[in-house]
Amino acid sequence: MSARTSARVIEHVVCSFCGCLCDDIIVEVDEGEITRVRKACASGRGLFTRYDPTPRQPTVDGQEVDWKEAIAEAARILDEANSPLIYGLSSTATEAQRKAVALADKLGAMIDTTSSICHGPTDLAMQAVGEPTCTLGEVRNRADLLVFWGCNPAVSHIRHFARYSVMPKGTLTPNGRRDRTVVVVDVRPTSSTQAADLFLQVQPGADFEVLSALRALLREKEIEAETMGGVPTAHLQEMAERMRTCRFGVAFMGMGLTQSRGRDLNVSELFTLVAELNQYTRFCVIPMRGHGNVAGADQVLTWQSGYPFAVSFARGYPRYGPGEFSTVDVLARAEADAALILASDPVAHFPRVAAQQLERIPTIVLDPNRNLTTQVARVVFPTACYGVDAAGTAYRMDGVPIRLRPVLPTVRPTDAEILDQIIETVQQC
Amino acid sequence: MGAVLNGHFTLITGRTLEQGKSLHEGKDSEAYRSATALVEMNPEDMAHLELEDGQAVRVRTSAGQVEVPVRAGTVPPGLLFIPMGPVANVLIGIETKSTGMPPFKGLAAEVVPR
Repeated sequence: MSARTSARVIEHVVCSFCGCLCDDIIVEVDEGEITRVRKACASGRGLFTRYDPTPRQPTVDGQEVDWKEAIAEAARILDEANSPLIYGLSSTATEAQRKAVALADKLGAMIDTTSSICHGPTDLAMQAVGEPTCTLGEVRNRADLLVFWGCNPAVSHIRHFARYSVMPKGTLTPNGRRDRTVVVVDVRPTSSTQAADLFLQVQPGADFEVLSALRALLREKEIEAETMGGVPTAHLQEMAERMRTCRFGVAFMGMGLTQSRGRDLNVSELFTLVAELNQYTRFCVIPMRGHGNVAGADQVLTWQSGYPFAVSFARGYPRYGPGEFSTVDVLARAEADAALILASDPVAHFPRVAAQQLERIPTIVLDPNRNLTTQVARVVFPTACYGVDAAGTAYRMDGVPIRLRPVLPTVRPTDAEILDQIIETVQQC
Repeated sequence: MGAVLNGHFTLITGRTLEQGKSLHEGKDSEAYRSATALVEMNPEDMAHLELEDGQAVRVRTSAGQVEVPVRAGTVPPGLLFIPMGPVANVLIGIETKSTGMPPFKGLAAEVVPR
């Protein structure tokens, strides 16, 4: 059936905007255009309504060229580079992510994902202490204690509370919200703290201290200080007791831990606390993954190279180097002489010094939309948007892979197709 | 230009609802610009510095400085919040402590009224 001949209502559509991957979206399509989107949040709605699927020609230095010419120019840039960098991957499908790794392997390039500036420290913590995890389905059906540490889902993952964590009625939580205790830990009151039964306000940079205190209290050590990291010790005592005696606890954690002083050490301390809680009850931790398939980027890079981010193929085999092959470091030290940016916008989200380096080196961008990085790129490929006009696979924040089905016919080339052609055209390093 | 004040702040950056919604309109849109070009400050700090809501201030860190309107927020005294985006990025350094992660939260910052 052609989408251009009749109006359709498509149910169970997956929104690939954030790591929630909500799969209950209803999209109405008429004459090949999305006319209405129901159930999506304010951020996810724009993925469908603001995307213009009209095919556009690729550009080289701002001039429209045909696809073959753009592929040739991209391959020429990558072949001439001594130290090319591939970065992004978080808003594309796993099918394209694995092509990006194959290209890095063929070129002897560095490859890094947006995890670098979101949950890279979480990856380091997982490698240090392991990952006591569960699925969001288990959270929905079982969890009676939810701890949100250094994250603000009411703003960043808007339907998380309603669909996965705070509100849903599940097998062992038949009364929904009333069957759960919600704790939020943050340095400031936010929209999310309003939904909490208990809000622990920590001093900026004191998360490690507070987590260490909780570990001590769990072991029935006495703490003489009246406050720890700005939190009254009595409140921490209450928190430790709640964690120890709950039936099924889950900690969700975000950038408040990974981007603050201590970074991966903060996350390791939380993961260790959660692991230790399993001596008393069932407790898990789930990172609040931001971009729709950033969890998939970790998965693909790990299964292909053994490492989740910051990988270099320069010596012909994968080497792991956070701080060495991570993109902000590489750009700040001017160690890459060409970049291929896949489905991300580093010019909008990197420290200015690192972002400016992308203007100095030849940069290739594959992205469905214009953004600040396409504005400085030498070569731009306007590709299809997985989950809107292309099919693919994405990983939810809990590591569950979900199929993205297109609601519009696929007219634009996909990231995977363009990367395939670049792989075929570049020289083996 | 106002005098450099003795008051030192801790700056954090992060996501906001307006930033998330407006990025779909394009990061060169007015909606995105106004969603990301602002600093939230505790009302007590604003009173202490004699700042009005919406007044332009200069925020400075060791990495750079920006001029943005100040808005009374829920942050505790001593803390500043700027939404993630190109304006905040001017203030973020590149020291990742061998993790890859720049210091997006917890930066020492100064505020100078304009």
